[in-house]
Amino acid sequence: MDFIHSLVAVSAEELISTAVLVLLLVAAWGGDKASRAISIAAFAVLVGAAALALPVLCTGQSGAATLAFGGHVKLDAFAAFAKLLIYVGAGVALVIAPAYFDRFKAMRAEFPLLVLLAALGMGIMVSANDLLTLYIGLELNSLAAYVLAAFLRADGRSAEAGLKYFVLGSLASGILLYGISLTYGFTGTTSFDGIRVALGSGALSIGATFGLVFVMAGLAFKISAAPFHMWTPDVYEGAPAPVTAFFATAPKVAALALLMRVTLDAFGGQPGAWQQIVIMAALLSIVIGALGAIGQDNIKRLLAYSSINNVGFMLIGLAAGTVAGAQAMLVYLVIYVVSSVAAFVVVLELRDEAGNPVESIAALGGLSRTRPGLAAVLAIVMFSLAGIPPLFGFWAKFVVFQAAVQAHLVVLAAIGIAASVIGAFYYLKVVKVLYFDDATDTVRGTPDTANTVLLFGSAVFLSPLGYLLTLDLGRFAGKAASALLHFA
Amino acid sequence: MSHFPILSLMLLVPLIGAVISLLSGRDTARKVALLATLVDLALGVVLWLQYDIGGAQWQFQEHAALFAGFEWKLGIDGIALLLIALTVFLMPICIGASWNSIEKRAGEYYAAFLLMETLMIGVFTAQDLFLFYIMFEAGLIPMYLIIGIWGGAERIYASYKFFLYTLLGSVLMLIAMFWMVNEAGTTDIPTLMQYDFPAHAQTWLFLAFFASFAVKMPMWPVHTWLPDAHVQAPTAGSVILAGVLLKMGGYGFIRFSLPMFPIASAYFAPMVWTLSIAAVVITSLIALVQTDMKKLIAYSSVAHMAIVTVGLFAFNRQGLEGSVVVMLSHGIVSGALFLAVGVIYDRLHTREIVRYGGLAINMPYYALFFLLFTMASIGLPGTSGFVGEFLSLMGIYKNSTWIALISTTGIILGAAYMLYLYRRVVFGEQKNADAAAMLDLDAREWLMMVPLAASVLWMGIYPESFMAPMRKDIGVLEARVAIARPKGDADVKFGGKTPAVGVATLGSAQLKGAK
Repeated sequence: MDFIHSLVAVSAEELISTAVLVLLLVAAWGGDKASRAISIAAFAVLVGAAALALPVLCTGQSGAATLAFGGHVKLDAFAAFAKLLIYVGAGVALVIAPAYFDRFKAMRAEFPLLVLLAALGMGIMVSANDLLTLYIGLELNSLAAYVLAAFLRADGRSAEAGLKYFVLGSLASGILLYGISLTYGFTGTTSFDGIRVALGSGALSIGATFGLVFVMAGLAFKISAAPFHMWTPDVYEGAPAPVTAFFATAPKVAALALLMRVTLDAFGGQPGAWQQIVIMAALLSIVIGALGAIGQDNIKRLLAYSSINNVGFMLIGLAAGTVAGAQAMLVYLVIYVVSSVAAFVVVLELRDEAGNPVESIAALGGLSRTRPGLAAVLAIVMFSLAGIPPLFGFWAKFVVFQAAVQAHLVVLAAIGIAASVIGAFYYLKVVKVLYFDDATDTVRGTPDTANTVLLFGSAVFLSPLGYLLTLDLGRFAGKAASALLHFA
Repeated sequence: MSHFPILSLMLLVPLIGAVISLLSGRDTARKVALLATLVDLALGVVLWLQYDIGGAQWQFQEHAALFAGFEWKLGIDGIALLLIALTVFLMPICIGASWNSIEKRAGEYYAAFLLMETLMIGVFTAQDLFLFYIMFEAGLIPMYLIIGIWGGAERIYASYKFFLYTLLGSVLMLIAMFWMVNEAGTTDIPTLMQYDFPAHAQTWLFLAFFASFAVKMPMWPVHTWLPDAHVQAPTAGSVILAGVLLKMGGYGFIRFSLPMFPIASAYFAPMVWTLSIAAVVITSLIALVQTDMKKLIAYSSVAHMAIVTVGLFAFNRQGLEGSVVVMLSHGIVSGALFLAVGVIYDRLHTREIVRYGGLAINMPYYALFFLLFTMASIGLPGTSGFVGEFLSLMGIYKNSTWIALISTTGIILGAAYMLYLYRRVVFGEQKNADAAAMLDLDAREWLMMVPLAASVLWMGIYPESFMAPMRKDIGVLEARVAIARPKGDADVKFGGKTPAVGVATLGSAQLKGAK
C-alpha cells in the first residue's frame, strides 16, 4: 500500500525517466534525423509531467502525507511549485534549441534527452527529503549539464565551458558530499526531519557546524552565489546560447529550492547558524554581480553577472527565514526565470548576416532602429531586472525586501537595495547602447517564430500587465512556502 | 460632489494617447499628444471648478483593492490640486514646444511625454504609499529616454547621472516605506499622515525620505545632476523637468516628511536650513558665471528650490503657503524661461550667451515676454515670483532672522544673474549677424507664451485664487508640525495691537517697506 502510494506520488519522475529510455531507443534507431521529433516528444513529456505535478500545488499538500519511499522524497506543494518552474525552463530550452543548433548543423538527438535527464535530476533535487536523495538528484542534473555545456563539440569555447563546469562542479559536489558526511556523522541520520530533530534548537556542535558550512558551500556553488560564482561567466559565455538559457533558469530554480529545503527544513531549528552565511552570500552576490557586470562587453557574460546579482536578492528572502520570505523568494524566482528566458531568447536572435551569433554589446548599437521590437523587449527586460517600477521586476524586489524588513533585517535590506543601484548602471548601459548609440547594423536575419512568441509572451509578463498575475502568483507561492515551512 | 472617477480618467487619457503615439508617425503622434494633453487640461479645469474649497480634506477619492498590499487609491487635497493644475497646464505647452523641433522618432518622443504626464499626475493623486512609490519611480524611464535620445551632445552622461542619482535617493525611501507599513499596518497615506511614529524611528525614516526628496528637489550638494540634465534635455524636457518633476521633491516634503515625521523634521531643520542657504548663495553665484543660458536657469532653479525648503521648514503658515506658491510660480516661470531659451535655440542652435545680443531690435515681442519672465524669476512685485518668495522669507523670518537674511541675498543675486543674462542676450549691440536676422515669435510661440505670461501676472496680482484651495490643508499641516516649530527670535504677530519686542518692530517695518 505504501509502495503504491509512493509510486503514485513520483509519477512525474516516472514519466520522465520512462520517456528518456524510450526516446533513447528512438534516437539510437532514428539517429539525428529524428532529433526534431524527439524534441517535440520530450516537450510533450514535460507538459505531461507538469500536469502531474500541478494538482499537488493546487491543493497545497504538505506534511507527512506527501512523503514517499520511506521519507526519502517529499512531494509537497513546494516541490511541485519548483518542478513546474523547472519544466518551464527545460521546455523553453527544447523550443529554442533546434533552430540554433541547425545553423551549426549540430542538432543531435541527445540534446532533448539530456535536457530531460537534467530536468529529472532537478525534480528529484527539489523533492529531496534526505541528504542522499539530494545528492543523487544533484549529480544526475550535473552530469547531464556538463555534457550540455560542451554540446557544440566543434567549438573550442563550448568544450572549455564544459570542462570548466565539470571540474569546478565536481569540486563543489565533493565539498557538498563532505558536508553531508559530517552532518551524518554528527546527527546520525541523513533524513531532513531526522537532522532537524537531532540538532534541536540548542547550541550547534562544531562538527555539525562544519557540516552545515560545507553543505552550504556546495549548494552556493550550484546557485552561483558569491564567493562561489567564478565559474558562471565562463560557462555562460562558452556554452551554446540555448544551453546557457537553460543553465540560467532551471538549475538555478532547483538549486535554490534545494537550498531553501536544506536551510529552512533540515537546519530549520538553527537559523542563527546559517542566516549569517546567507546574508554574507547575499550581499557579496549583489555587489560582485553588479560590479563584475560593469566591465563586460559580452552580453552573455553580462547576463551571467546579472544572474549572480539576482541570486543575491533571492538570498535576502531566504535570510528572512519566514514563510513570507520563502514566498517572496519563489515569486522572485518566477519573475527571474521569465526575465532570463526573455534575455537569452534575445541573445539567440542576435545574429549577423551569416547567421553567426553576435555577442558583443557594442554590436547592439542602435538596435532600436533596425529591430525595434527586439530592442524594446531587451529594454523591458533590463529595466525590469533593474527593478524599476512599473515593470514586473520591481514586484520581485518589492516582495523580497518587504519580507526582509518584516523579519527585522532592515540594515540588510538597506544595503542590498542601495547596491541594486550599482546594478542599475549596467542595465542602463545596455539600454543606452540599444537606444542612444548610432546604428552598427550588425544584427541581421529574420526572427524565428518560436522565439518571437516567447519574446512576446515574456515581454507581456514583465510589462505592467504582469501585475494582474500577482494574486495567483502570490497564492501559489504562498502555498508552496507554507508547505515548506509546515512544521514551523 | 460627483462619484465620477475623474482622477482615473486624467491618468488614463495621456496613457491612451501614449500608446497611440507610440504606434503612429510624427504627424499623427503630435496631434494625438496635443489632443490628449488638451483633454487633460480640460479635465483639470473641471477638477478645479468641482473642487470644494474649504470642504473635506480629501476629495475625489477613488478606491479599489488591487492585490497583496496594493490599493488603487486616489484622492487630492488643495495642494495636490494646484500641482495637478500646474502639470496639465504645462503639458500642452511642452507638446507645442516640441512641435517642429523634434523630428527623429517623434512617436516615441510624444509617447514618453504623455507617459510622464500620467505618472506625474499619479504622484500627486496617489493615496497609497506604494502606488505613490511606483508613480514616483516610474518617471525615471521615460525621462531617461527623453534626455538620452533627444538630448544634446553630452546627453548620455546627463541621462546616467539623472537616473542613478534619483534612483539611489529613492530606493532607501522604499525600505523606509516597508518599515512604516510594517509598523503602522496600513498603506493609506492620509492615515499615515496622522500616525505618530516613535521618535527614534522618525530620525531614520526622515533621512531615508530626505535622501529621495533632496535629490529630486534638488538640494545642494546633490543638485549636480540637474544642470547636466537640463542642458542636455530638449526644450520641452527642460520645461517638464523644471516645471513639474522638481516639484515632486517639495510635494514629498509636504506630504510625507513634515506630517509623518514632525519630530525628526524639527530635529533636522537646522541641517535643511544650512543646506538651503548654502544653495541659495552658492548656486546663485555659480549662475552668475554661466555662459550657457540653460545652465544659468538650471542653477537659478536650485536657488529657488532652496527658498522652498527654507519656507517648508519654517513650520508656519506663511512659510508653508509661500513654499507652495514658489513651487507653482517657479514651475511656470522656469518653464517659460526654458521655453524662451528654446525659441532662440530653435533659430540659432546654440545656447551660448555670447552668440546673441541686441534681440530687442529684431525680436521686440520676444524681448517683452522674456523680460516679464525674467522679472518674475527675480520676484518683482506684481509677478508670481514675488508672492511666494515674500511669504516664504516671512515665514522663515519668524524663526530666524539670520536664515532669512542670508536667504534674501538669493533675491538680490537672482536679480543680478537674471538681469545680466537679459542684458547680454536682449540688449546691447547686434554683434552677430545671424542672431540679428532672427525672426520674431510666430503664431505657435505666441500661443505658448501668452498663457504663461497671463498666469504669471494672475498669480502675481491676485494670488488668492491659488491660495484659497490650499488654505485649509496648510492649516492642517501647520497644526501637525506645530510641535516642531522652534521658538523664533522674531515672531511677527499679525493683527495684534503691537508687535512684541523691538526686533519684531523692525521686522514688520521692513515688511511694510517691502510692500
